[in-house]
Amino acid sequence: MSSTIEIRQQEIISEFEMFSDWMQKYEYIIELGKELPLIATALKTDELLIKGCQSKVWLHASDASDGCLHFTADSDAIITKGLVALVVRVFDGEKPEDILQTDLHFVKAIGLHEHLSPTRSNGLAGMIQQIKNYALAYQLKQKQ
Amino acid sequence: MDIHSIAEPFDLQKLRRQIPLMSSHANGHPLVYFDNAATTQKPLELLESLNNYYQFHNANIHRGAHYLANLATEQFEDSRVAMAKWLNASEAAEIIFTSGTTESINLVAFSWGQQYLKPGDEIVLSTTEHHSNIVPWQMAAERSGAAIRVIPVDDNGIWDLTNLQTLITAKTKMVAVQHVSNALGTIQPIEQVIAAARAAGAHVLIDGAQAIGHFRVDVQALDCDFYAFSAHKMYGPTGLGVLYGKRSLLDAMPPYKGGGEMIKTVTFEKTTYNELPHKFEAGTPDIAGVIALHASLNFMQQTGIEAISTQEEVLRKKMQTTLQSIDGVELFGDVDNKVPIFSFVLDGIHPYDIGTLLDKQGVAVRTGHHCTEPLWSRLKVPGTVRASLALYNTEQEIDLFANALRKALTMLR
Ligand SMILES: Cc1ncc(COP(=O)(O)O)c(C=O)c1O
Repeated sequence: MSSTIEIRQQEIISEFEMFSDWMQKYEYIIELGKELPLIATALKTDELLIKGCQSKVWLHASDASDGCLHFTADSDAIITKGLVALVVRVFDGEKPEDILQTDLHFVKAIGLHEHLSPTRSNGLAGMIQQIKNYALAYQLKQKQ
Repeated sequence: MDIHSIAEPFDLQKLRRQIPLMSSHANGHPLVYFDNAATTQKPLELLESLNNYYQFHNANIHRGAHYLANLATEQFEDSRVAMAKWLNASEAAEIIFTSGTTESINLVAFSWGQQYLKPGDEIVLSTTEHHSNIVPWQMAAERSGAAIRVIPVDDNGIWDLTNLQTLITAKTKMVAVQHVSNALGTIQPIEQVIAAARAAGAHVLIDGAQAIGHFRVDVQALDCDFYAFSAHKMYGPTGLGVLYGKRSLLDAMPPYKGGGEMIKTVTFEKTTYNELPHKFEAGTPDIAGVIALHASLNFMQQTGIEAISTQEEVLRKKMQTTLQSIDGVELFGDVDNKVPIFSFVLDGIHPYDIGTLLDKQGVAVRTGHHCTEPLWSRLKVPGTVRASLALYNTEQEIDLFANALRKALTMLR
C-alpha cells in the first residue's frame, strides 16, 4: 500500500476524532459534499453513472502521464457526495497497484461503514468497486 | 354482533404496551417508527400465538390422523373462517392463503390469465400501482398477447377518471387496481372503477395491501372478484398473504402450483385436483403464520376497526398540518382522502439526505421510489421521503419527527 494512501486515511481518522457527536460528523460530511467540485452536467452520462437505488454517484477517471489515476466524482445526495469526496481524497493521484492493494479501513474507523452496506444502496460501495476496476483496467493496459 | 369491533374504550398507552417494539430505541433515541406502510409492528398476541404453535401444537395439517395434526388443522381452518368473516366473504373457501400480496396477484395473473386472456384483450391498471400489481400483468400480457392500458393521474398523482369510458371497454377483461396508494396514501375511488368494469363485463382485482390495516373492507359490498393483501401490513406475520376470490372464478381457474395438498388423486397418467381452497395451496403452508394471523385479527377486532380509523384520522390531520408548517415541504397526493401515509420532498434536498439525518435521530422513514417508478416518472420526481403512521403512533411522536426534520433541514440548507 502506498504510504500516501495510508497517511490520508489516518488524516481523515484524526479529523473525525475531533467530533463529539453525530451532528458534528454529519455537518462536516455535508460541508465536504458542498465543497467537492461538481462534475459538469455534460459529463454526467450513463457511462459514468453508478446507480444506487437511493442515490446516484458519477465517477470520472483519467490517467496522467506519470502513471497515476485521477478521479472526480459527484452525487445527487449531499451526504453521499461528502463520503464520495473522502474516498476521492484517498485515491486521487495514486498508482493503480497501490489502489488495488488498499483496504479502505477509514470508513469503518470513523463510524460510517453503514453507508457502505449494500442494503443502503446509495452507490458508494459501487463507486469504490468501480475505482478498483479502473485501476485494474489501467494496470492491464500498462502491461500490454 | 359486529365482528369488526368488540372494542373497549381506546387507551393508547395500553395499546402501546401491547406492541413490544414501541418501547425500543434507535441510534440512542426512542424509536419513532414511521415506516408502517412497509410493515406494521407486531402485537404480543401474535408473538404468543407463534410461540404457542411451535411449542405446543406443531404438526403438519390436513394429513396426519393424530391428535396434534387435528389440532393444528382446526386452528389453521379457524383462521380462514375468521378471515372470511372479517372481509365478509360468502364462505371460507374463498380465502386462499399465499405468501403475500405479490403472490396473490401473481396467482391471479397466471391462473386467471391462462383461463381468460387471449390476444387483443385488454388489462387496465393505474399509474399509481405498486410494481407487484404491474409486473405480473405484463408477464400475463406477454404470455397471452393481451395489451395493458393505464388510468392516468394529474400532476398531484390523483387518478384522472374523465376518460374512464374509453379506457374500460368491451375489450377489457381485467381491471387490476389498488385500494390505497402505498406511495401517496390516497384512498382511491375504486367503487367508480369497479362499476365501470362491471358495466363492461370485465373482472376486477383490488390490491388491498395498504387498505386492510386501516379501515373496514367488505368484499361483497365492493363487489370485486379478487382482493389481495399481506398479513404483515395488518399487524400480522411476514411472508403470509391472502387472496380473496369469488368461488365461481376460483372454480373455473386452473391450479397455479402443483404439489401435495392440492390434489385429489395422482397417477402418472392423470391427476385430479382438490377442491377450493386447497387447489391453490400446494405444499406445506405457513401454518404458524396463518394461526398467528388469527391473533392479529383478534387484536384489530378488540381495538375495533372503526376506532383504528378514527385514531389514525387524528394522527393524519396533525401530521398534515405539521408538514404544511415546515418551510419548503411539497406534499403529493390527495390532501384529505387518505390514510396517514405522507410522501414529500423539500426544495432541492435529496430524500436520502433527509432519511439519513432522521435515522440518526431515531426516526424511521422510507426514502426512494417506493416501488412505484411509473408514478414518479409521471410526476417528474425521482423519489420522496415517505412517513407512514399507524394506530399506535402518537401525537408526541409527530412533534419529535417535526423537530428531527427541522434539525435535518438546518444542517442541509
Ligand atoms: C400497494 C402494495 N401492493 C403490493 C405490495 C407488495 O406486498 P408484499 O411485498 O407483502 O407482497 C405492497 C407492499 O409494499 C404494497 O404497498
